[in-house]
Amino acid sequence: MKRSLALVCLLALLVPFALFAGGAQESATEAPVEEPYKVAFVYIGPPGDLGWTYMHDVGKKEMEAALGSAVETTLIESVEEGPDSARIMGQYARNGYDMVFATSFGYMDYALETAMDNPDLLVEHCSGYKTADNMSTYFGRMYQPRYLSGIVAGSMTETNIIGYVAAFPIPEVIRGINAFTLGAQSVNPDVEVKVVWTNTWYDPVKEREAAIALLDSGADLLAQHQDTTEPPKAAKERGALSIGYDADMGQFVGESVLCSPMWNWGPYYTATVKAGMEGTWESHQFWGGLSEDTVKLSAMSALVPADVQAKVTEVQASIVAGDWDVFTGPLYDQSGAMILADGEVMSDGDMLSMGFFVEGVVGTVN
Amino acid sequence: MQLITTLLAVTLSAGTSLLYATIGEIYTERSGILNLGVEGMMMMGALSAFAVSFYTGSLFLSLIVAMLVGGSLALLHAFLSISMRANQVVSGLSITLFGTGLASYLGQRLGPESNGFNLAGMTASNFQKIQIPFLGDIPILAAFFNQDVLTYMLFLIVPLSWYFMYRTKHGLSLRSVGENPRTASAMGISVAKVRYLYTVIGGMLVGLGGAHLTLAYTPGWSENVTGGRGWIVIALVIFAGWNPSRAVFGAVLFGGINAIQFRLQAAGTMIPASFLNMAPYVVTVVVLALMTIIGKKKKGKYSSPSALGNAFSIEDK
Repeated sequence: MKRSLALVCLLALLVPFALFAGGAQESATEAPVEEPYKVAFVYIGPPGDLGWTYMHDVGKKEMEAALGSAVETTLIESVEEGPDSARIMGQYARNGYDMVFATSFGYMDYALETAMDNPDLLVEHCSGYKTADNMSTYFGRMYQPRYLSGIVAGSMTETNIIGYVAAFPIPEVIRGINAFTLGAQSVNPDVEVKVVWTNTWYDPVKEREAAIALLDSGADLLAQHQDTTEPPKAAKERGALSIGYDADMGQFVGESVLCSPMWNWGPYYTATVKAGMEGTWESHQFWGGLSEDTVKLSAMSALVPADVQAKVTEVQASIVAGDWDVFTGPLYDQSGAMILADGEVMSDGDMLSMGFFVEGVVGTVN
Repeated sequence: MQLITTLLAVTLSAGTSLLYATIGEIYTERSGILNLGVEGMMMMGALSAFAVSFYTGSLFLSLIVAMLVGGSLALLHAFLSISMRANQVVSGLSITLFGTGLASYLGQRLGPESNGFNLAGMTASNFQKIQIPFLGDIPILAAFFNQDVLTYMLFLIVPLSWYFMYRTKHGLSLRSVGENPRTASAMGISVAKVRYLYTVIGGMLVGLGGAHLTLAYTPGWSENVTGGRGWIVIALVIFAGWNPSRAVFGAVLFGGINAIQFRLQAAGTMIPASFLNMAPYVVTVVVLALMTIIGKKKKGKYSSPSALGNAFSIEDK
């Protein structure tokens, strides 16, 4: 008795579903074909972080403004770099999304998995190195604006000690520290860059503690490869200067932030989504620099003298023109060993796997 | 000498929020209620304190609101675990998830329109360090007398908490409820009332700990500002052996270890940074192991309240 009752209940539950599914299928075949191009963004943090994710969100909005109603977007924030991300990207594929932007390094393997499972989905992965027929990578030559910010820092420091709050000892961050140091040395050969690793991309309290430790050790200017505004804020409270990162941090902290190397994803997002819509998208490994406008240096604070600003503009112009790039010899590492001979230019491969500090950096790479 | 003073001053400042929350959680756990919602309560305390300071400019009001917010989340936990007799671990975890989620939701909506309704990046009035004349000039001691008001308040709260717990009648009933609620009940103590009271008081102190982060230590709201410190607090309570005076050492150790290892890095030491970053956790393991060994020798002195985490009803057998 009980059993048959349960069976009846189960059937009663299932019948509407079956009817509904059938109905849905019918209406799908009748629906008009002209649908907007659907793009999903997977964020590592909240867009309110005023840093990394914030800039991706600004780029996404720029792309929406440029392409209008032809594109439909969605976003999901604070997705862990784990199996969950594959589930989320797979869900987007099943929901009929055409393109997914995975905006953090740790999504790499999950993005590849999603790309393999969903050949119709185009996957764009930020900062990784794995590609497939329907998966590309994209990133920016942040070392170029970092070099420019180094020129500003080297000109403005009085103690000749610059503190650098850094996240993790990986090539991306090490490259940035080296470029910054070379920029500072180009105008001030005596400058010393002290590095403190925090082992976190985003932890306001830790970043502040590291910043204060650097200020106490004699630094009068701080740079950072971190995603919060805590180091510039800590510097400001002590009357010290700072260089921001990710976004124009001057707008949140004030004039003491001299300038910020920042991301500018709008042009890339617009071009890529457009290529996807027009069917011209091809698997690629994009590494855009100042000339592609993927990275840039923010407007400078009023505290930066005109001659320093002019110097930055001049170097920027030569990088954009392709006359010169940051890692051009002669280049020496921390121990004084020669890495590049005079005039030699480092290859992209060597830059992407950089694992040494240049002369003038105080700190260890592990 | 100057270096020791600076390190000590930074350490005390870093440990303040941890110490507030730890003492709060000690009160709660002493009454037999395990509240794993510390992270969520701290986060909400941090957010509400900053939001109130941003809109009213009154630091006093900010602290009151942070205490009320922390207290009401704790009240929710108390209701679930005392009246409804729900599983305390599950209830506490849900308070953490709820609190952290709500805080980031509100943080993106309570701000001014000019900043896209985001509170992050805004500045508000905050607690400044106040140097106490004369005492603040003596080397080493200066570290203690060059702090903000919230840290100074701890100089009173810690000894008073210890005195209250171990030397007063009310403290005795608090501890007895956590050790043996049945006996306490037979002595005429209302177990539910005591547990409600100290869970809420605990939540208020945790809220203050959060407020110290956004009003004094890292002025300003940023998402996930507590960054797991609520979980460190849970460990610190065990570390302190449920004793408010010993909590000081734990909070100072955990608060200061980052300050010290960052300074070692800045000084250009040749020890790899990855090792220095690992150091706090190695110290934790070593200290917890030592505490267990000592705890076995001195029976009871370092052990948890016997009824911790157990619901109580007079009708239970």
